[in-house]
Order: sequence, then structure tokens, then C-alpha cells
Amino acid sequence: MAINERVTKRTKVEEIYLASEWKLMWWRFKKNKLAIVGLVVLFVLYVLGIFCEFFAPYNPEKIYSAYVYAPPQKVHFFKDGKLTRPFVYGFKIERDPQTLRRIYKEDPSKVYPIKFFVRGDEYKFWGMWKTNLHFFGVERGTMFLLGTDRMGRDVLSRVLYGARISTTIGLVGVFLSMMLGILIGGVSGYYGGWVDNFVQRSIEFIRSIPTIPLWMALAAALPRYWSQVKVYFGITVILSLVGWTGLARVVRSKFLALKEEDYVVAARLAGASEFRVIFKHMLPALTSHLIASVTLAIPGMILGETGLSFLGLGLRSPAISWGVLLQEAQNIRTVALYPWLLSPAFFVIVTVLCFSFVGDGLRDAADPYKT
Amino acid sequence: MLTYLLRRLLFAIPLLFLIAVVSFIIIELPPGDYLTVYVMNLKQSGEAIDEAALQVLRTRYGLDKPLLLRFFIWFRGVLKGDFGYSFMWEKPVSQLIGPRLWYTVLISVLATAFAWVFGFLIGVYSGIHQYSIGDYAFTVLGYIGLATPNFLLALILLWAVYVTFGVSLGGLFSPEYANAPWSWAKFVDLLKHIWLPVIVIGTGSMAGLIRILRANLLDEIEKPYVIAAKARGLPSKELYWKYPLRVAVIPFASTAGWVLPEIVSGAVVTGIVLNLPTVGVILVDALKSQDMYLAGSLVMFLSIFTIIGTVISDILLAWLDPRIRFE
Repeated sequence: MAINERVTKRTKVEEIYLASEWKLMWWRFKKNKLAIVGLVVLFVLYVLGIFCEFFAPYNPEKIYSAYVYAPPQKVHFFKDGKLTRPFVYGFKIERDPQTLRRIYKEDPSKVYPIKFFVRGDEYKFWGMWKTNLHFFGVERGTMFLLGTDRMGRDVLSRVLYGARISTTIGLVGVFLSMMLGILIGGVSGYYGGWVDNFVQRSIEFIRSIPTIPLWMALAAALPRYWSQVKVYFGITVILSLVGWTGLARVVRSKFLALKEEDYVVAARLAGASEFRVIFKHMLPALTSHLIASVTLAIPGMILGETGLSFLGLGLRSPAISWGVLLQEAQNIRTVALYPWLLSPAFFVIVTVLCFSFVGDGLRDAADPYKT
Repeated sequence: MLTYLLRRLLFAIPLLFLIAVVSFIIIELPPGDYLTVYVMNLKQSGEAIDEAALQVLRTRYGLDKPLLLRFFIWFRGVLKGDFGYSFMWEKPVSQLIGPRLWYTVLISVLATAFAWVFGFLIGVYSGIHQYSIGDYAFTVLGYIGLATPNFLLALILLWAVYVTFGVSLGGLFSPEYANAPWSWAKFVDLLKHIWLPVIVIGTGSMAGLIRILRANLLDEIEKPYVIAAKARGLPSKELYWKYPLRVAVIPFASTAGWVLPEIVSGAVVTGIVLNLPTVGVILVDALKSQDMYLAGSLVMFLSIFTIIGTVISDILLAWLDPRIRFE
């Protein structure tokens, strides 16, 4: 038995020695439970966003004028004390005699069972295939799990459609930032001297301007007649023009350190071209750090879009993003009466939190050879 | 120290000039010159257009001249205190921004102080009591603080207060004091309102500062010299305050200066949600109606304020850490 134990121990040690860098990183990343949870939640959010037409129970523009500001319908699992398939109750609508506001009450006589893969509103999946299949929904009656807005549109469907824009705007923006960051930070770190000095001073300058007013001013300059798609890309460019500085700093400091490494000096002495030294020898060594920094930069972009759209300077309806949806919640009296309008805020916070968890986990795992 | 001080101040001058350039670019960004928007607005409201008045404005700001010349005309005006003309308010910009700017500065300074003081205290606590209940609680709060943008936090707090107490917070003064001259009672009224924006704006930055101080303190506490000191029987509390904290506080202090742009950003957005008499509301309105002299000047003043704040914090840092002075 003792021998057996020693053998397994040795294979374990060998496994560590033989593991590639990425494998080591994955092992270390796995230990961070929060990061794993964040990764799973983000995966779900992105899947929901990418396939939002399928997952949303309704067309986000469909107006149910009979159900304006309807509260969320609760999902019930028990009927008469017995477990049944999940269902929602229909509404009984009354009028408040004083304010004339509609009061919605559950009507136990109307039972609408929730089913998976139901036929509902027709849509074009990714603008290409016409279908009416939805992941879940009710065949009769209504199912507003997050209530409806001032025009009687389903908030859950709108949040899911908003996820598509809000979650991807950060990715596109961060991609542009990363390009700028690698290019400018790399040049600055590799060449040093006055180039480095100039770049560093420029970065300090950009960082000393308050971001949001600058974003606001640039976003306001986007022409009003632009299409939604153009505005979307305009906003990502604006976000990344201001946001690249953090990434450039990371790249620069890594380049400065790597430049002195023996293998880089060796490559240079052996006559490798600058291009080869940079892309073949230096960049792979900082990929892991770069991925971590990029992940940590995404939340800033998502929050930037949300803030700009909330103020009415970013995306505008009919585009649907979480920021656009939150515009409906600007008036505190409306929010007090219809608190479910704040639900996009919950999604924003969860997304940003998960990105921070994953980013922190990646940063800790980025250097697997450090003990 | 004196040479460092001089160098730092001299370095700020080109920055200030660059800020003027950026502000001018912002003013020039929207298509068409400034008067086209004005004329269009007048036409829409059906008002008569006073050609003579337009001509005066055109020559005053050199709108018919080439770009570079326009910049110098504008820049000369800025140096004299003429920041252009707001068509939305039909007033010179300089008359519009005074008190609003001061409230923004006041709230930003208080929020920075809040973030520094509480960030420092909580950071030290979390660093020394790692994995205690308090540490976990502050870590969770910190994460949520980082993830929640200012305007959402403001909105959620407003909503929570409104639902539980039935009062609508927001604004810096109660209605009866809003236009009253300054008095002791008005000052007290200000104190009653200002804490909410200060907390809302400061929290996000505070969360970041806590993390930095905590991480550095934890690194430092593990070092052999601390263990050696402990082994010789120095009481922990005295030891921590005297040695590791002094090292750990330096990264904290150097980031503390970079917190200011973030806080000014927060002050702008939160000002809009909480309906404060800060520059936020007029900045958004100015941008939406493309009142660009007003918007550009506001961005310029906010940036100048940040630069001044950063210079002050750099000087404080040099005073704290002699290594910086001799770099």
C-alpha cells in the first residue's frame, strides 16, 4: 500500500512538471470558486443574449395595451397543495377609485401553464430564418415574469434583447482598446527613450480627464440621423478611445521587463527581426496577463454604455440595451410605483460582478509558475 | 522638495493647454458651426432672426475664420474669462457655470475625503483581520460597490428611502432654502442633504482603495521582518501601525490621486439623478441641444479641476515618500 501511495504521488508530481502553461493556469483558476461561478453565469448570460429571440417569450416591441404597467406574474408550482407543472395566474384588473390607476390582482380562476418550446410571436432568427418557436411561454393568456412597462411591453423580453447589445458592446470596445493598447504600449515599452516618454505623458493626460464628461461630449457629437448599428459602433469607438490607456500601461510594463529577458536578448542577437522578436517571442509571454487585464476592462465599457444610454446620449430607442431600458426608471415616483422597471439594473450589476470575479481569478492564475 | 514642487507645477502647464485644445475640439465636433444650430432653433420656434446680432457673434468668435485662427480667438477669450456664449440660456457661459462649478468641486472634494478616510480605515481593518467576518462583509460590499455605477446606486438609494420613509431625497437644499441667501440655517440644511451624494460618489472609489491597501498590507505582513519583530515580542497592534502599514500605504496614496477623475465623473452623473445644482444637469442639456460653448467649457473646467487635484495629491505623495522627490 505504501508503494502504491508513493507511485500515485510521483505521477502527480510528474503531471505537474509535464503540464503546459495553460493547463497550470486552468488548475489554478479552478481553485477560485467565485471565478468559476462568474464564468458560468457569464456563459449563460451570453447564450441568452446571443439567442435572445428564442429565449424571450415575446417580441420586445409587442404592445399589450390592456396590460400597461402590469406587475410581475409569480410562477406557481403548487395547485391545491399538490405539485403540478409550473403555471401563472391571470390578472383581475380593478381601478383605484381615487387615482384611477389600474390595480392588478391574481385571478385564481385563470390558470396558464408554462410550457417549453411553445409557438408564439413570429420573429426572424438572427434576421435570417423565420420561425415562431420560443424556449418557454404560455399558450393561452399572458406571462410577464418581470412585468410590463408604460406601453405594456414585456420587460423580461426586453431585458433579454438588451443583453445582446449591452454584453457585446463591452467585447467589441475592449477588442479595439486591446489593439490600441498593444500597439501603443508595445511601441512605448519596446523602444523606450523619448517615444516612451511621449506615450507615457499622453496616457497621463488622457487619464486625468474625467471619463464620463468626455464620453458624454464625444457621444453627443454622433449625428442624430445615424442608424442604430452606426451609433452602436460609434459608441464602442468612443469607449475604447478613452479606455485603451489602462491596457497600454500593462503591455508597456511587461514589455520593459521582457526586453531584458535572456531568451529575448538571445533572439535579437541571433538576428531575428523586430517583428519576429515582438510577435513570436514577447507577445506569447504576456498573453495570459493580457487576457486578465482585458477581462477586467470589460465592465468599465459595459457601465459606460449603460450610463451614456441612461442619460440619453448613447443608444436611443428603438435600440434596446440595458441603459435604454433604465431610462424608463429615471423618475423616482415611477420607480416607487413600478419597481420592476429597475430589473435591468440587477442584470448590469450581476454582469459586471461576474466579470470582476473572472478577471480577478485570471489575474491570479496568469502567472502559474509563481508560487 | 522645492525642485520637485517646481517641476510638478511646470509640468501641469502644458497639460492645461492640452485641455484647452481638447475642449476646443469638443466645441467644434458637431457638424456645422455654432450659429447654424442657433438659427435652426430660432426658426423652429418661429422667432425672428436678428441678422445684426448674428453678425456680432460671428465676428466676436471668428466663426467665419479658419480653424486655427478660431482656436486662438477662443483661447484668447478664455484667458480673459470669456468662454463663449450659450444659446440655450442666451447668456455668456461665464455667468452660468460659477455656483454650479463650486458645488461640483465641493461635492467632489468631500467625496474624495470620504473615499480616502474610509478606504484607509476599512483597508487597514481588512488587512489586519484577514478572513474575519468583517473582512468578508467589506469585501462583498466592495465588490458590489465596484460593480454598481454611481447613477444606479443613487437611483436605488432614492427609491429605497422613498419607499420606506415616503420622503424624496435629492437636491442639495429643501425648497424653502433653495433660493434663500446664505445663513446658518441654510448651511445646516446643506449638511442634511449633502451626505447622500458624497456617499454615493465616494463608494465606488473607496472600494478600489480598500482592495489596494488590503492586498499590499497582506503582502507586507507576511515578510520576514514583521515575523521577526513579532517573534521578539512586539505587540501586534503597535507593530502593524509602525512598520508594514507605512510601506503598504504608499501604493494606496499614489492611486488615491487617480481617484479624482473617477469622482468628478461620478459627481456629474449622480448630480443628474439626484437633481443637484452641480454641472451634471446643464452639461447633459447643453450636449443634447448642442450648446457647445457651454458643454466645452464645462468639460474644460472639470478637467482643470482634476489636474489641480492630481497635482496636489502628487505633492502630498512626495512629502510622504522621499523616494519620489529624488527620482
